[in-house]
Formats: sequence, C-alpha cells, structure tokens
Amino acid sequence: MIQPDRIVSTTCPYCGVGCNLQMHVRNETIYRVTTPFDAVVNRGTLCVKGRYGYDYVYNKQRVTTPLIRKKLQKPGKRTQAFDLDEWRQVSWDEALDYTTQRLVEIYQRDGSDALAVYCCAKATNEDNYLLQKMFRALFQTNNIDHCTRLCHAGSVVALQMAVGSSAMSNTAAEVIHNDVFILTGANASENHPIIALQMKKAIQKYGAKLIVVDPRRIELVNYATLWLPEKPGTDVPVFSAMAHVILKEKLFNPEFIDTRTENFQDFAASMEKFTPEFAEIVSGVDRNLIVAAARMYASAKNGAIYWALGIPQHVHGTDNALALINLALLTGHIGRLGTGLNPLRGQNNVQGASDSGAMPWHYPGYQRVDDEAAAIKFEKGWNQPSGSLNRQLGLTTTEIVSHIAPDGVRAIHIMGENPMMSEPDLNHTRHQFEQLEFLVGQDLFINESHAFADVFLPAATFAEKDGTFTNTDRRVQRVRQVIPPRGESRADWEIICDLAQRIEARLEVPTARWDYAHPSEILEEMGTLVTEYAGVKYKRIEQVGLQTPVYDDNHPGTPFLFAEKFPRGRGKFHPLEYHACAESIDQEYPFILTTGRVLEHWHGGSLTRHSWLDDLYPEALVEINPVDAEALGVKSGDTVNVRSRRGSIHLRCKVTEKTTPGVVFIPFHFHEAPANILTIEAIDPLAKIPEYKSCAVAVTRASEKDLKNPEAQQARGRY
Amino acid sequence: MDDPKLMDLQTKLDEFAPTGRSALLPALHHTQKLFGYIPQAAASRIAASLHIPLANVHGVIDFYTLFYRQPVAETVIHVCNDPVCAFAGSDSLFKNFYREVPHQAASGGLETIALERSPCLGLCEHAPALLVQGMATAGAAGQSWQDIITGNFGRPHTQITREVDILTSNCGKGAPTWLAAYEASGGYQAFRKALGMSPAEVISQVKASGLVGRGGAAFPTGVKWEGAANAPGSPKYVVCNADEAEPGTFKDRVMMESDPHRILEGMLIAAYAIGANKGYMYIRGEYIHQFEVMAQARQEAMTVGYIGERVLGSDFSFDLELRLGAGAYVCGEETALFESIEGKRGLPRIKPPFPITHGLFGKPTVINNVETLANVPYILSNGAEAYRKIGTERSPGPKLFCLSGDVEKPGLYEVPFGVTFRHVLYDLAGGVRGGRKMQATLFGGAAGAFATEKDLDVRLSFEDLKAAGLPLGSGVIMVFDDSRDLKQILLRLARFFAEESCGKCFPCQIGTQRQLEILQNIASYGTSAGDREQLEDVARTMTDASICGLGQTAGSAVMSAIQQWQDLFKPARERKE
Amino acid sequence: MTDDITLTIDERPVTVPEGTTILQAAKSVGINIPTICYHEFCTSNGLCRICVVEVEGSRTLVPACVAKVSQDMVVRTRTPRVVNARRTILEMLNASVDLSEDENIQDLMHEYAADEARFPLAEPRQHAILDDNPMYIRDYAKCILCWRCVQVCADDAQYTYAINFSGRGYHTSISTYYDLPLTETTCVFCGQCVGVCPTGALKPKREWLMELGYTPDQIMQMTRTERKSRMRRPQASA
Repeated sequence: MIQPDRIVSTTCPYCGVGCNLQMHVRNETIYRVTTPFDAVVNRGTLCVKGRYGYDYVYNKQRVTTPLIRKKLQKPGKRTQAFDLDEWRQVSWDEALDYTTQRLVEIYQRDGSDALAVYCCAKATNEDNYLLQKMFRALFQTNNIDHCTRLCHAGSVVALQMAVGSSAMSNTAAEVIHNDVFILTGANASENHPIIALQMKKAIQKYGAKLIVVDPRRIELVNYATLWLPEKPGTDVPVFSAMAHVILKEKLFNPEFIDTRTENFQDFAASMEKFTPEFAEIVSGVDRNLIVAAARMYASAKNGAIYWALGIPQHVHGTDNALALINLALLTGHIGRLGTGLNPLRGQNNVQGASDSGAMPWHYPGYQRVDDEAAAIKFEKGWNQPSGSLNRQLGLTTTEIVSHIAPDGVRAIHIMGENPMMSEPDLNHTRHQFEQLEFLVGQDLFINESHAFADVFLPAATFAEKDGTFTNTDRRVQRVRQVIPPRGESRADWEIICDLAQRIEARLEVPTARWDYAHPSEILEEMGTLVTEYAGVKYKRIEQVGLQTPVYDDNHPGTPFLFAEKFPRGRGKFHPLEYHACAESIDQEYPFILTTGRVLEHWHGGSLTRHSWLDDLYPEALVEINPVDAEALGVKSGDTVNVRSRRGSIHLRCKVTEKTTPGVVFIPFHFHEAPANILTIEAIDPLAKIPEYKSCAVAVTRASEKDLKNPEAQQARGRY
Repeated sequence: MDDPKLMDLQTKLDEFAPTGRSALLPALHHTQKLFGYIPQAAASRIAASLHIPLANVHGVIDFYTLFYRQPVAETVIHVCNDPVCAFAGSDSLFKNFYREVPHQAASGGLETIALERSPCLGLCEHAPALLVQGMATAGAAGQSWQDIITGNFGRPHTQITREVDILTSNCGKGAPTWLAAYEASGGYQAFRKALGMSPAEVISQVKASGLVGRGGAAFPTGVKWEGAANAPGSPKYVVCNADEAEPGTFKDRVMMESDPHRILEGMLIAAYAIGANKGYMYIRGEYIHQFEVMAQARQEAMTVGYIGERVLGSDFSFDLELRLGAGAYVCGEETALFESIEGKRGLPRIKPPFPITHGLFGKPTVINNVETLANVPYILSNGAEAYRKIGTERSPGPKLFCLSGDVEKPGLYEVPFGVTFRHVLYDLAGGVRGGRKMQATLFGGAAGAFATEKDLDVRLSFEDLKAAGLPLGSGVIMVFDDSRDLKQILLRLARFFAEESCGKCFPCQIGTQRQLEILQNIASYGTSAGDREQLEDVARTMTDASICGLGQTAGSAVMSAIQQWQDLFKPARERKE
Repeated sequence: MTDDITLTIDERPVTVPEGTTILQAAKSVGINIPTICYHEFCTSNGLCRICVVEVEGSRTLVPACVAKVSQDMVVRTRTPRVVNARRTILEMLNASVDLSEDENIQDLMHEYAADEARFPLAEPRQHAILDDNPMYIRDYAKCILCWRCVQVCADDAQYTYAINFSGRGYHTSISTYYDLPLTETTCVFCGQCVGVCPTGALKPKREWLMELGYTPDQIMQMTRTERKSRMRRPQASA
C-alpha cells in the first residue's frame, strides 16, 4: 500500500466534460487518480482516460529538451524526422533565439500574412490567450486558429447567427431535468462518457425519454425511446420534417415565437416542402418515426437537444445546426432549466481556447477583429500603437494549409495540435507542409506535424503547470501543477512569454507585457478585456469552477443562458434548403465513410497512443454492418482495404450492427491507418469546416500482410 | 450459430423474450435440458434475448446449485446429506458408490454418472433419500447401486396418519387427485362461493377463522390479505411459496403430488380477495415430479376456466405461472423468492418495506405457503366458525407434522392443534424406533431447537410451543434416539447453513462458515477452550444482525443444544477433571 | 413536503425529516455509527451490519444505514449487544480476508478491541491475483464483498454490468461473465470500481507494480508485450 506524498486536485485534460481529478503522488510519480463523489461536474465518476490516461507524462519517447533539426530544411524538400538522431539537443536560449531570428526574418521580409499559428484546445486559457496575443500584437496577423474549426465551427456560426452566442446553453448535469431530449451526431458513451452516464441516469432514474437521431447504432440507442437511423448528412431534412410536423399539428409555442423570435413567417414557409414523406426518401428514416419524434419533443415540458460533430462536420454543417436551433425556437425549449441547445464540446478547453481568442475572426471574447472599437480596445489593452492591429479576418485552419505557398503562408507555429492527422485529405496536407519555409513545434512528442519542424520546444503537460480550462458547459476550472516539469520542459505560457520578449527585443517595439509571475495574472488581464471573464479570478475557483459569463467579482456565474433574452436580442429563425453531401456514392465507391473517435483514444493519438490506453485499443478498426460484411465476404478480424478518391488504407474490420448498412466507420487516431487520408477537403461555405462525416469509399478484402503492425490486436468484449 | 441445439434454444428464447428477465430461470432450465449444462454460447443467447447483462446471467447461474456452467454427467444422483438421512445410511451409500464406480467405469457403464451431496430432499420419511435425475427413490438403503442407476426402483409412498381429515383427505392414494375427483369431493365449491361474495367478505371470513401462516412465521393470513388488498399500486400478485426446503419438511411435497387442485383453489380465492390477476407458484428445484403434477393441474384448471379470462363468467380474471427453483434454500425466504422469480440471484431484500406493499416486481403481493392456502377452501366452504372448532383458541385449525428420524412410523400427520407431543410421537407414530430412549427431537427443522423428554407433554400449538421455547416452524419433528451423536447432528446442520447462506450479509455469510469450521474441528480433534464462547458469539451475532430468517436462525440449534446440554462443548481436558 | 420526525438516539432527542436513515439522523447530532460497506454514492444494502443499533421493540438489531427513522423511535447505538455483534463481525471478517489496506476497518478493530487471532482455524478466502488487463489488478483475497464495485459498474454509476458474482455464501466472489478476462467483457475500464474499493482489492496496475518494487521508469518502459505476458498469469502477492 502506497501512501501519497500529496494529493493534488486538477482538471482532466481529455474531453470537454471537465472532470475533477485528484492525483496521488509518491516520489514525484502519479500512481493513482481518484475523484470526489461531490465533484460538481462528474460526481465521483471518471472514464478510462481520466482515471488511467495520464501516463504519457512519463513516456520515454516524450521530448524534454529543446531540439533543432540537424539538416536545414528547404521549402519543397521538407522531410519528416521522427528519429531523435536527426535532431540536435540545444539550450532553451539557442532554441528560442533561433526561432526568434527565423520568424522575425520572414515577418520583416514577407509581412504579417506570411505567418500563422495553431493554438491548442488542449492548452490552458492562459496559454492560448498569450499565443494569440503574441501573433496579433507582435506580428499583426490574424492567421490564428485551432481545432475548433474542425469540430464545432458549423455549430458556432449557426448559433452566432441565430442567437448570438455559441456555447452550450445549459449545464450538462441538467439532463436529469429534461423529460425529452434529442441526441444527434453524438456518440456520448465514447466521446463524453460522463455526460453519457448522466443521460443514462436521467433515463433510468428520472424517466426522461431519449430520441437518438444518428446513422450509427450508438450505445445510447439501447436506452432510447426512438432511434431515427438517418443516412449521413440528411440532418436538415429530418429535423426540418420534424418542424414541418410541429407546424402542421400546431404543436409550436406561439407565445415564445411572438415574444422571443423573429423571421417566423419566412421560416415556416420554407418548411412546407419538408414533408415527412420527402424526409423519408432522402434520409431513409421511416416517416412515422419522424412524426413520433416531432410530437414527443414538441409536447415535452422540458425538451433539450444535445449534439456533437455529426451535425457540423458537413459541407452544410451550419444549416444542420440551424435546423436544430429552429426546432428549439419553435417549441420554446430554450432559456429554462433542463432545456436548451447543447453542442457537446470535444476538447477539454475548446470552449476556453475559443473564448481566449484563438480564432481568425475574433479577439478574445468573440469581439470581431474587423470591428474598429474592438481593435482599439485591444490596442490599448496590449499597449500597441493606435491602428497597428490587423483589421482583416485571418485564415482558418484549413485555409492556413491551403495558403502555404511562396506568396502565402511561409511560417507556422504549432502549439500542441497535429494537423497532419486531423486535416482532411492528408496527402494534400503533407504536400503543403513540405512547402513551408519555417515550422515551430511546441509539444510533448514529435507528432506527424512536428516531425516536419525546424525547431521543437518541449512543453510541460497539464500535470506540470498551472492554469485554467473552460469545459463544455462554460465552467472555468483550475488546472494545477501536480509534479515538476520533466527534464527541461516548460509550461507553454512560460515558453510564449520568453519567446515574445526575445521577438520584441529584436523588433525593438514597446512591450505588450509578458512579465507574469503566475498564470492568474494572465487570466486577470484577459478579464479586463473580456466582460464574460471579468469576474473569474483564481481565488474564486479554488474549489468549484465558475460558469461564464461572470460579469464581475460578485457575479455568481451562469448555469443556463438566455433566460430573458438572446445576446442578439430575438432568436432568429432561418429558412433552410436541402443540400446533399459533397460526394455521393457510386458503383466504384459504394460505401459512405464516416469518422469519429473511440473511448480509449484521443484525436491524433499524441497522448493516448503514448499511454497504456493503447493496449486496450491498439489498432484502427473499420466498422462494417453484418449485411455488408456478408456481401464482402469478411468477418471480424479480417483485413480490408478502404479506398477513396484521395487515398487508401489497410486495417482490420469489426463486423457490428453499430453501423448501418452502406455506412462504414473508422476512428481517426491511428497513424498506421489514418482515416483522414480518405476524407474530403470539402468545406462549409460559412463555417469553413470540412466534411469529415461523409465521403464515398470502396471496401475490399485484403491480406494481413498489408497491415503496418499486424501484431497489435486486442480481443475486446465491450462492443 | 450452426449448432442445431442453439437454434432450438433460440426458438424457445423467442417465446420467452416478451417475458423479459423474469423468464431467466425457465430459460436456464430449458437450456440445461437441451445441453445437460449451460454452455457459454447458450448463456450469451439467453442474455441477448431476455435483455439481461451477461455478467448478471453468470451471477444467476452460479447462485443456484442445480445449474452447471461445465458439462456434468448424463445422470446426476443427489444424495441427501442431512442428519436423518446420514443416520439412515446415506454416508455409506456414498462410500459404496465410490467403491463400486471404478469397476463399473472400467467396463464403460458408469462414467457418465455423478453423485452429488445434497441438502434435505424432502423425502425424510424415506431416508436415506436419493434423487436420480430428479426422480425420488424409495428405500435406497436396501437397493443395489446397479438398480438405482438403471432406474429400477420403486417410487416412495408417503404414509399419512390423520386425526382430522381436512388437508390430506385426498392425499396418500398413490396418485394425484385430478380435477374430476377433486370436484367430486366438493372441490372448487369454496371458490365458487367466494366469487359470489365481495372480496372484503372473503377477507373477513379468513380473518375470522384465525388462520395463520404455516410457513414458519405464523403471520395472520387474513391480515396479510387485507394489507395487500388495501395497498396502493397495481398490478397485484399472489404467490404460492412451494419452495419447501427446510430440512425435515415434506408436507408441501405430499400435498402437491396428491391434491394439487386444493392449492390452486386456495390461490384463486386469495387472488380474488386481494384483486390480483396474476399468480406465481414457486416450487423448489428438486420437486420436478411435483412441478409436473402442478403443471398438469393448472392445465386442467385452465381448460375448464378456473384460470383464465373472466373466470366462470365473473369479472375476475386470473393467470398463473409456475416456476421451478434451482437449488437454493434461501429462496424459501419470501423476498428472496421474489428476486428468484424476477430472474435474479435469490437474495433476501431489506425489510421494510414488506411484500404487502412492495413485493414481487415491487408491487403489492400476498405470498402464502402451500399448506396455508390449502386451509382456505375449507374455511370458505364451512365458515370461520367451523374452522375455529378445530385446534386451540389461539391456534385454530388442523396442522401437518412431518415426523422423521428414529421413529417407528415416520410420515405425515394431520392433527388438530393442541394435541401433545407425546400423543403424536407415542400414540400415533409408535414411539422411538426399536423402543430406544428419545435423546432429542429437533422441532422446526435446521432452524429449530431441541426438545427432550421433559417436553413430551407440551401441547402442539403456537402458544404452547413458544412457552416451551420450541419453534413450530414448518412442522418438523425430527427424532434422535440415545445412540446419536448430538455434535454430529449440529455439524450437519452447520454444513447445511454454510452451503445455503446466500452470502449477502456478513454475519450469516461468514458466521455460517465459522460455525461450520468450529464444529468440524471439534468433530475431528475434540473440543478446545474457547470453542463454546466462539460458537455462542457467532450464533448470537447471526441471530441479532443477519438480514433474513436464514441467518437469524442459523445458530439456533447450536444455541438450543448449548442450553440443553451444558457440558456438550466443555473442553476435553476440563471434562476429565 | 415531508414531515419531521422526532426520535431519541442515545437518550438525546433528534428531529429529522421523514425518510432519513438512522445513520443520517445520528450523524446530524454528531453521533458516529461505524460503517464498512456503506458508501454515500452507492445504494445501501445493509450488508456488513457493522452499523447495527438497538431499536426498542425490535427483535433483532437494526442496520442504521438502511433503516428509516420513525416517530418516537428509541435508538441506542452502543449497547453491549451492539458492541458484541460489531466486534464478532470484525473478528470473523479479519479471519476471512486481508484487511491490511483498509484503514477504516483497522481503526474499528482497534476501537472495538477485536481479537485478531479470534478464529485461528478459519479458512481464509484465497484467490490468486488477477492481472488480466493494463489498467487495474483484482486481488480478491482482500475482497470483503461490500458490493460497491458491482453496483457502480451497474446502476449506481456506469450502467456497464461487466462484473457480478460467482458462487454464494462464504464462497461468493466477484466475477466476470464465465470468468473471462476483463478485456473480453463489457468493461470500459472507467475505474469507478477501483474508486470505491475500500480494501485495496482493486488497484491501479501501476500502483501495484510500484508496490512490487518496480521503479516508475521500469514500469513505464514495460512494453506492451511484457505487460501482456504478465496478464492471466496468477501473481503471488508481494
């Protein structure tokens, strides 16, 4: 029995739920994670990642000294270096001076547009705030984005258009106050495990009814009253047909529509064509199920909608989200406890990174860069000359990659992210990365993207630094240093401050301020510029986090939004049209591929594949419905080739009814068989989010010899 | 998938599926019939069809001793291991079997046979008792193994002695009294009469009769019915507890195999009285023959419309399901029995709440013992007055006693409450076998207490026995002559409890094991200092702190023996002095 | 609305809302009733019976964790009968399982002067350590059958139902479906079970390897193959 030297309370670094972790430490080794049973978010429960997934901190492959590439990399000939032999261990001074020199060189030669930065939804609010500040204030660029573009951009844009705020409207734990809730495009059991538990509890113990609208037979279908198995990308017809039924049967909430919304007539007219019969033809969902779902949701006392990336990751992702918003406005299921529009955020701090301004069109607090008053406010706040900040909208994640060119983006700074796994059409991404002039990687491991870098800055993990994360229900929670940083690694905010000061010295400009003694000072600075964070102070969130907006030091936080009005005044209905997905199936590519995550892994795998978590799920598996498997002549464990117009991968298959006939599913964590080799770089015109959830593929039998790592196999019973 | 047996099973499971989890025990029985055990592939099918988590199916299979997760012999023979059968020679039967089997196995004849020690099989008057593939044998001691194995044995015939002729009038004829005969003897008249009364009138008749439960707890039946009738909630259930497993008890077996309709009639009246449209009869797993008799009687009753929609043209509808247990004494505890019907491990629930408000499936439920229900038709037919004329003021009615052990005429005795122990033992049962002296008589079964010569004149009624410190229990009178080793008796009772404890609460789960260990040690090495105190502490803790009646009585025989025979557990050295 | 109930606990009047358990009622006036299986987060089943108290008019002792208060109830939490039951349960339990890592039970043993050698001939429950997955080990020789793990795996938290029971009585044990390795069950390795285990029977694997004397670096360098080869092989306790 091991007695802990100390137990440190912090916040889980994986998904957006934001569970509290109590890390037990002995001899600077974390050996056990517990969580209090009165923890406000997770009530004593954790998932496998939170409970056991911290061990990447100690992985031997982690880089804990600054590195510079031995061989100078030239645009067009840039190569990947995973092997440490190809790198030189250097001092922090050398690494940061070198970075400063190269970035300033390019900036002075090619100007602001030549630089871009990937912020990180895994890093803290403080880290992200500083990184965007550095690029905005020092290099006057708005080419700042992070993976939110790849996940909820469609939801964010739609919510901004319709209600004027893009966060989850209600608290996840309020699900027990729902009597009917819709879950769509979200496999909560795998991706938001603790919220899934709360949903099951709501159903099993509080009698809530669940409507699942999803092309996959997700685990929560077992708990659902209705399951509408739609074809991928047919959300607009399905949800609009529900609206059609609600309008026809007069199940809407006229008082709410009168007092809280606008544009009802135009919207109602556009719903005429979305008959359940039409929706059935397009989506494959039985019209009676659509009618039943519409009646159930509309007649609920408290109805709510929860969704994740199945909604926004489409070329019509914004429309999909608008279809959901229309339903909530139509029935008035918003602005009260146990109702709402709830996009479940993926990353631990995707909400916070967005709040902190890690976005190309917004300063912190969603203040637009093309708004003169906002620009002036930030010029003052950051001690910059009047008119110096760039008023042009910056490039989004996917645009940054496509703009890599001699007269476009020349240098990128990547903190934590891995576009070489997460971008669609990876063969194209690889080609683009090869054209870069300079690349800075700031991370724990040399991932597929950092392997292209010139310099690698070793960052501290979440367990080695202080800061805050903002979870999916807008709760700002403390992240605490549990153990000292391993080796020479440093907290991201410290690296950024050090680098920024060197750049300022070289540019000989007045300082935007980088001399923070503690991250709490960074958050306070952000609070002076972002009203929603004005009252969030470290001393107030020692025990329990605060839910933004928190307008001042006495404001109690905001468990649910829009009680009296929407930020844009009235909620706006949007008329909708049906658009098909970018790529449809044909004889050559007869299956729809949809992608996503599994419980045991996280995104590009930088963390989880360096953890013992990998033992539980060591290889990519493509899920195929038994009907299709029989036609293809494959059974579970057989190797198949999956091919799209853009690339091809080999992996084993899992025959399961979790996926519907005609649809195959591949998780995108595995560099041995990266799903995003296959996906299509078609983007939503408004939100610029790629269509990860649908593309056409062919599946054929293959040989085990084609697998990159045939030994990796683990019999699992949980499917 | 290709296994034809699995496909057969699936067909049956599709029938069970609408019943859900509550069909688990029937599904497991069916599977075991098909395969001889429960293979993993079959268990997985059951789990999927009935929507039960896999691990929970495992938990249920493993709880019941009659279910096997591994292949077992084609023929399984259960040999009763309890004191009466042990003294009658079950141990030597066991030994002989093992002596004889190797020879036979070499010739290829016996390798498919397994012998299992079993708790009381409810055949105590035929000790030593055997079940061969569920079939009871008679006089096993006098038969060769060859005859037993080949099924060449007689069926036991229970001797019934009557001083009153109310419960057993149709019993002991060597065959079941089927519907026509039952009706000819006035059967179902009471039920017809009840249908003409209001449910409240029926309840008030039963209350007035003073009938109390015969399962052991002696709770007033009418009060129970009234409680369930008035309890909010629906549906309501009536359950017949036929999980007769108290060592030394066989009365319910005799009634089920001889006069099944009397029990059904009692259930119908109970169901009508409380407003239940659904009943369950839970029969212990070892009573396969009795289960089949009851099933046939149920079929008869359905055919003529005693069971079904709008019974006899009335507004009353009734559906009855029979459930076969699978080897768990604790399921005789009413809440454990509910759990078992619901397809769970047979673990007793915390009380309160009580079954009348939160019983089967959490709904208001009346659960009565077989014998209790068998009293009801008489009460309805003849009225409470007539019933009260039998027995004593506070224990009205007839009572069945199960005499076994060292008695001249072991068997079933129907007497009015209030006759003396001496009268039953000496006048009716012919006294102690071979004219020996009675050393001790266990009253109430394994959960009982010992009577001695001084108790011979105690009147057999609830009130008199209570005053004498003896439990009536289920009517067990197990006689031991002066040649028997009391510590052996206690050891066997202790083994019974250790094997039958469900394991839910710590006092019983661990206490029954500690009690067994101490008594085993005494049997092997003699009594040591502290043994008696340990036995007392363990027994007292089980009695005081266990969840259910099993644990609360698991130490009562030991405590009773310590009180009766002060020197029984004196350390050997002290005794010498 | 619930009505308030007034009762007496250890001669002190206590007023609590209807539906309160005796345990909660006692706690509200600072009277501590010991518990073992009870966990605020889990369904109470009244298993360990350490929390038994004497209630006037009740034939047997009453488990305070599940018994609700009633008007004018008279409760005594530390009578000789209660103390004897608690001590005997502790002594019997101690003879059955390895309680060394349960500080609460160790404190209770001391408080109730339980004799550690009370049942010298008792057969302890022996189980080989189960090391069949990368996340946690199961050392059922330390299992007291408090049920918490089974309950949090089921309806108390996780709705996963990966574990249930084998056997019954003294020989009950926690088990997977047909004793399969955890990886082949519905287990999602959330570790809720590890989080509620009071005795160290369930333990993170890395913590266990540290106890066996491996250094953190050695542990982290164990390859997947090495870790796999350890699995399923019963391990002797350190």
